[in-house]
Amino acid sequence: MNFLLPNLVPAYPEIFLLIMVCVALLAELLVGDKLPYISYLLSQIALFGCAFITFFTFSPEVVYTFSGMFVDDTLADILKMIVYITVSIFLVYSHKYVAMRDMFSGEFFSLVLFATLGMMVMISANHFLTLYLGLELLSLSLYAMVALRRDSVVATEAAMKFFILGALASGFLLYGMSLVYGATGGALDITRVAEMIQGGVDNPKVLVVGLVFIIAGISFKLSVAPFHMWVPDVYHGAPTAVVLFIGSAPKIAAFGFIMRLLVEGMGGMAADWQEMLIIIAVLSMLVGNFAAIAQTNIKRMLAYSTISHMGFMLLGIISADSNGYSSAMFYMIVYVVITLGTFGMIMLLSRKEYEVEKIDDFKGLNKRSPWYAFITLLFMLSLAGIPPTVGFYAKLSVLQAVMGVGYIWLAIIAVLFSLVGAFYYLRIVKLMYFDEPESDAAIAPAGDVGLLISTNGMAVLILGIFPQTLMTLCFYALH
Amino acid sequence: MLFGFPLISLVIWLPILIGILVFATGGDNNARLAKWVALIGSIMGLLVAIPLYMQFDPTMVGMQFVEYHTWIESFNIHYHLGIDGISMPLILLNCFITPLVVIAGWQVINNRVSQYMGAFLVMSGIVNGVFSSLDAILFYVFWEASLIPMFLIIGVWGGPNRVYAAIKFFLYTLMGSLLMLVAFIYLYNVSGGSFSILDYHKLSLPLTPQILIFIAFLIAFAVKVPMWPVHTWLPDAHVEAPTGGSVVLAAILLKLGGYGFLRYSLPIVPDASEYLSGMMIGLSLIAVVYIGLIALVQADMKKLIAYSSVSHMGFVTLGFFLFSSYGIEGAMVQMISHGFISGAMFLCVGVMYDRLHSRQISDYGGVANKMPVFAAFFMLFAMANAGLPGTSGFVGEFMVIMAAIETNFWYAFCAATTLIFGAAYTLWMYKRVIFGAVANAKVETLNDVSYREIFILTILAVAVLWIGLYPLPLTEVMHATVDDLLAHLSRSKL
Repeated sequence: MNFLLPNLVPAYPEIFLLIMVCVALLAELLVGDKLPYISYLLSQIALFGCAFITFFTFSPEVVYTFSGMFVDDTLADILKMIVYITVSIFLVYSHKYVAMRDMFSGEFFSLVLFATLGMMVMISANHFLTLYLGLELLSLSLYAMVALRRDSVVATEAAMKFFILGALASGFLLYGMSLVYGATGGALDITRVAEMIQGGVDNPKVLVVGLVFIIAGISFKLSVAPFHMWVPDVYHGAPTAVVLFIGSAPKIAAFGFIMRLLVEGMGGMAADWQEMLIIIAVLSMLVGNFAAIAQTNIKRMLAYSTISHMGFMLLGIISADSNGYSSAMFYMIVYVVITLGTFGMIMLLSRKEYEVEKIDDFKGLNKRSPWYAFITLLFMLSLAGIPPTVGFYAKLSVLQAVMGVGYIWLAIIAVLFSLVGAFYYLRIVKLMYFDEPESDAAIAPAGDVGLLISTNGMAVLILGIFPQTLMTLCFYALH
Repeated sequence: MLFGFPLISLVIWLPILIGILVFATGGDNNARLAKWVALIGSIMGLLVAIPLYMQFDPTMVGMQFVEYHTWIESFNIHYHLGIDGISMPLILLNCFITPLVVIAGWQVINNRVSQYMGAFLVMSGIVNGVFSSLDAILFYVFWEASLIPMFLIIGVWGGPNRVYAAIKFFLYTLMGSLLMLVAFIYLYNVSGGSFSILDYHKLSLPLTPQILIFIAFLIAFAVKVPMWPVHTWLPDAHVEAPTGGSVVLAAILLKLGGYGFLRYSLPIVPDASEYLSGMMIGLSLIAVVYIGLIALVQADMKKLIAYSSVSHMGFVTLGFFLFSSYGIEGAMVQMISHGFISGAMFLCVGVMYDRLHSRQISDYGGVANKMPVFAAFFMLFAMANAGLPGTSGFVGEFMVIMAAIETNFWYAFCAATTLIFGAAYTLWMYKRVIFGAVANAKVETLNDVSYREIFILTILAVAVLWIGLYPLPLTEVMHATVDDLLAHLSRSKL
């Protein structure tokens, strides 16, 4: 039997990361007592190394490996780079927070890295099995992270909910994939699925039913209505650091997932999934924006805000052309940048004995610290899509894409819902600037956190004034 | 032109940068420094705007001082600035009002001074940007950005119900502008990928899209003007805003809506404008007459002036949709003159409010006995508000009424009632506040205006009289542009 070693070069970052996870686990075990920061540092080194490898093995051509199960193209490289950066920023924001809450252990960091590995596999998948493998690696790590504070009742409840619904969604997805497998005459390879669909299948109805299940699975992972029930509970119950993680990098991976599965694999059925996504997008913007108004818990509010933003992002996918996809990618990246900052700010305001949970905790922030109030103002305006912040261009590009293919009514609905959305973001601004503070505890973040969150806020503003570079990147990734 | 020097950019960015500098002076320990930096900055803002007037060529049709740079390539968005006879007077008005607002807040604002002063400077720059943008997205960015400082000004330094007023102000305006954004994107798609307003002016469109675009623009601009029935945010915002906020709101921000009609609605969708002009005239006349009557029954001075603003702005929209040279020029003069008069009226109320902390007419009476100098100034501005010949209030209203007579006698008749109602509500308020015996012990304690207040009021009085007696320098600069606009309007784009 001759055994051919597959081309490993495209998978170097994944392999490197896997090795580093094991090293980090061992290091924690051996020297963790003496050097408590070893896992944190090794994680950052791992991410930096991955970025280094991805950057220097970058080539514009598409390379398939592992018998076509794994693909390395421009989209994959760019999305992975963004994932590394996001996770790295997440680690900086959260290390103090987790240390104060006795979660600063090797497990936390190895779970983060395993989840990152899952995202990378998802992004590079070119086969239903690889996709599923990456998705499960990510999901299982996330379930465990939510449950990391096992003495907390809300966290345990959130983890249970997340796990059960997540498992159900994975089941949906698998069932949908199996139907597609049947309808296309045994194709699992995404390239092959695309060819079969283009060529016309014997039983298109089965294919559509399969698509419905796949959309349901994707919608759950993307946290859009009507598959959004888990989001507010998990955001509310999980430790803020974990929420930040769930709300940021996996969104990028989910975008990659959509691109691989819906666009590359089932692009021939765009007319079918467009209709389904329109319903989902409108419903998400409706549920997300209206439910967010009623929230008094900041994390729940942001959970509903996520739902509405993901609905808005879907408009770009609905356009079903390369312009639309790159606008959706731009929207996703912008959303992740703002989410990092917003949750980073919540953690910055939290203290050892005090967890920022209520929106009232933002009261009078301008009195306590004008600078951080200003940074939060930028995040809120950006979430509301008000120029000159970058959130505006995200909305602009998606609206332009969706109107370019003729869905003007969809654009009008979207802007009217974003008007509703503006209300609850403004409420935070109102609390910060118009109200008196409830506590006068000093805001003194650690140097690295303060610097990074300021940079993050400035990035929202500067990208808002010069969005061209990021737009070019998104355009380049998809052409 | 000054050797291609980017004058307009300077007029936009200098106040914004100095505004940021004012923010940087920090807390209230440095309040003095913040005030002085703000004052110097606002005066510099006015000085750099003067060359725009001096070097402006009033005979030239089209944009002057043009700046054109690529900004966002993916969407073909340009940093495209330029002014013509319509925008230049508005920019000057804005630069002129800003130092007055800074001086008006000199002693009154003692809380977060640097943020207050900085917000006004930043807003001044942003508003200049709105008036000079020739790219739809650049315009939109400035347009929306102008909401943020005003939102904070009302919400932080406003009266008891400030939060409600600030949020109402923001959401009303945002609603209008989001639909405008959709219209811009639509125009971008049909024009083959251009956000340039000048391209839109040449773009031919069928009537149905024209009407839809007109409605989208109408909602955006009508909220800003504000026209009846979307005016209800204005009295709330005015009543709650601090004096400086009210002045800027009335004098400058309302003009953004009027400017929008001239730069966007009329030239981009002329056929729809013509088609719907009956509706627009109807709405304007309702504002003039009905809101004038509402002003009559107000018990709160600021509310009264706010309603009178809506009524006067009704003249502006009326003038635009008469499609005649007198109408549009009259409306422009009315915009500028309303900027001075309403600003002055709000400052006068502010002068009294600073002393008694009440805006209710019934709390006053016999103020003339204690504040004779102030009463004289207030008299002048009240007369101007009522449209007395010789003041700037008369010129614009007269021109618009003249234009209305040419179109339809009854339009002119309805519009002219404002001369009665305007006189009624303004002078009746004046009588109750200023004349009579000293009403109560609080009025007894009033001191007359300080030199600082006299300075501001004198400047505004000169402006009001100057436009009233010799409006030529103002109409001269806009004449060529208005004629060009009318010629453009007469050509169908169908």
